[in-house]
Amino acid sequence: MYQYDSYDQAMVDTRVEEFRDQTRRRLEGKLTEAQFTPMRLKNGLYLQLHAYMLRVAVPYGTLNSRQMHALADIADKYDRGYGHFTTRQNIQYNWIKLEEAPDLLADLAKVEMHAIQTSGNCIRNISSDHFAGAAADELVDPRPYAELLRQWSSFHPEFNALPRKFKIAVIASDTDRAAMRLHDIGIQIVKNDAGELGTAFYVGGGMGRTPMIAPCIRDFVPLDQLVSYSEACLRVYNRYGRRDNKYKARIKILVHELGAEEYTRQVEEEFAHLLDQGIEPPIAELERIRTCFADPAFGDGARSVDRSDPDFALWVDRNTVRHKHDAYVSAVISLKPVGGIPGDASAAQMHLMAELAKEYSFDELRVMHTQNIVLPHVKIADLHALWTRLDADGLGAPNLDTIEDIIACPGLDYCSLANARSIPVAQKISERFAANGKTEALGELKLKISGCINACGHHHAGHIGILGVDRKGIENYQLLLGGSEAEDCSLGKITGPGFSEDGIVDAVETAADVYLRERAKGERFLDTYRRIGIEPFKEALYG
Amino acid sequence: MAEIIRFRDDEPVDHPAVTVDSFLDQSNANAVRVEPGDDARELIPHIGQLQLVEVNFPAFGDGRGYSSARILREAGYDGELRAVGDVLVDHVAYMRRCGFDAFEPDAALNPDDLQTALDRWPEIYQSAADARQPIWSKRHGAA
Repeated sequence: MYQYDSYDQAMVDTRVEEFRDQTRRRLEGKLTEAQFTPMRLKNGLYLQLHAYMLRVAVPYGTLNSRQMHALADIADKYDRGYGHFTTRQNIQYNWIKLEEAPDLLADLAKVEMHAIQTSGNCIRNISSDHFAGAAADELVDPRPYAELLRQWSSFHPEFNALPRKFKIAVIASDTDRAAMRLHDIGIQIVKNDAGELGTAFYVGGGMGRTPMIAPCIRDFVPLDQLVSYSEACLRVYNRYGRRDNKYKARIKILVHELGAEEYTRQVEEEFAHLLDQGIEPPIAELERIRTCFADPAFGDGARSVDRSDPDFALWVDRNTVRHKHDAYVSAVISLKPVGGIPGDASAAQMHLMAELAKEYSFDELRVMHTQNIVLPHVKIADLHALWTRLDADGLGAPNLDTIEDIIACPGLDYCSLANARSIPVAQKISERFAANGKTEALGELKLKISGCINACGHHHAGHIGILGVDRKGIENYQLLLGGSEAEDCSLGKITGPGFSEDGIVDAVETAADVYLRERAKGERFLDTYRRIGIEPFKEALYG
Repeated sequence: MAEIIRFRDDEPVDHPAVTVDSFLDQSNANAVRVEPGDDARELIPHIGQLQLVEVNFPAFGDGRGYSSARILREAGYDGELRAVGDVLVDHVAYMRRCGFDAFEPDAALNPDDLQTALDRWPEIYQSAADARQPIWSKRHGAA
């Protein structure tokens, strides 16, 4: 994985000192809250319902064990012993004191981490495929390109007051595990007919209150023009993105209102101009970064497991994913125990995951946007030992991509924007399906819950989505069907009138039962929905 | 109105700047004020006669002026480029990088805080409108 050199370290250290100074001026009353707000937001510090929340960047979701141990220590020292892994592959702490935030950032900087641009109207932490560098189907490891863009976008002087936040994802497989087309910019590493690597740019996707799937605006940008093309996309947005209405300020609205063709024309014009400005790092810089992501020393070994323990066999079937090396798999540690809070991990669990990464996964972990943790490179021969230790500490839930593997935003339990609670709904649904035993039969079924239309819980992209709204002071839940964040990207449709908190749990089961009744052989929930349409579901729900 | 902070030695222009529209109409002025909605590129054919371009920041959160500044510098404008309006000390370093060399903030900047902010960043990650050498360039041996 990437390792800081003295320059990178100087950047994060400087940021800690800058934020310490800004915090001091705020506490001394020299900065008003209105002036301080965008400064603290650029450092991931939000004022939530009960306390400050700090969001720590995990660039492209990659961590080593030392960093995971540090995150656990921070949970103990500054929070209440927990961290919350998010749909942005980041981690959030919910109980932070403003006066301690600079010290927390200093602790992060010691392990090459930061909270730079994890919120605010700027280019956010860049996300990627959680199986990057391990996936059997990838063209190349996408993370060096994400790292190049991380450095380009950090403290970018021109783009520090964008119309709205800006999220970039980079992938390098045709299988999209990063919801690439639901980002402001989605980048896919591709090969052209001449066999050269380059990047396809998708611009103007997003969720929120106006979900849109990004159109491809250019199918091949050479690698030595990646920064210039990104800069052109951003400059057109910075100049012409709407600033009159914060709900129409994301780039998806600009691309939609101009039309993809006109937006592309403007970008190309800006790009042609920027190519002469000398802003592109040399390809040697990309090569330098790539050396940090060289494969670990994979060895040969067993290619199958002893399946005599059915619990272990189930976990292997559900939570391990094919690796590019036949003697290895990527193993997913589910942070979705039945009845638990999706994405939460205790300090002790984080320490354990760090130890296991060191022992079994070449010192690497990944945060998934589905709020789980991956050990990317586990020897098949080590799986039983790994599972035994995970299971002993409540981390062995065998439910990857099942209906129990729910994405949920923090909701009204923590968030000042939320209209409804998300966590209790997630808890009740996972308890319901664990009890009725239908999880296995349902197979892959991605359920995503947001507590307001800002859609942090990705409800538009769930095979089943749930949106919490406030209806005359009472929490009400709308049901959506048919979304997908993957390469078959689609947006869910609302079934009809919303449900109460208990009603939505019944409604999810009803929809699941329609699938079980109607499915053809080999169909997932999403496939059946796409074949039969929404009507049979509506009939069962409201008929 | 606070005083003007300048990072250049020539004599300041002593008359008010005109709007972009009126500049393009009459075109004998040498000082113009760019509002966030103006297209700075319209000035490019005339940059030879301009000695002062003010870029207004009515609110610090509206960052269009950063692009306007860079566009003018990229086009070769070398007269005074002055950020006016809601200019806060924490944004001055970014503005310098985008090519601003004068500041006329609505609220006076504390000189110590300003110096601290300007000296803050020993390194930068990306190339912009200033002459500073980005980290990638230092890494690969360019002088």
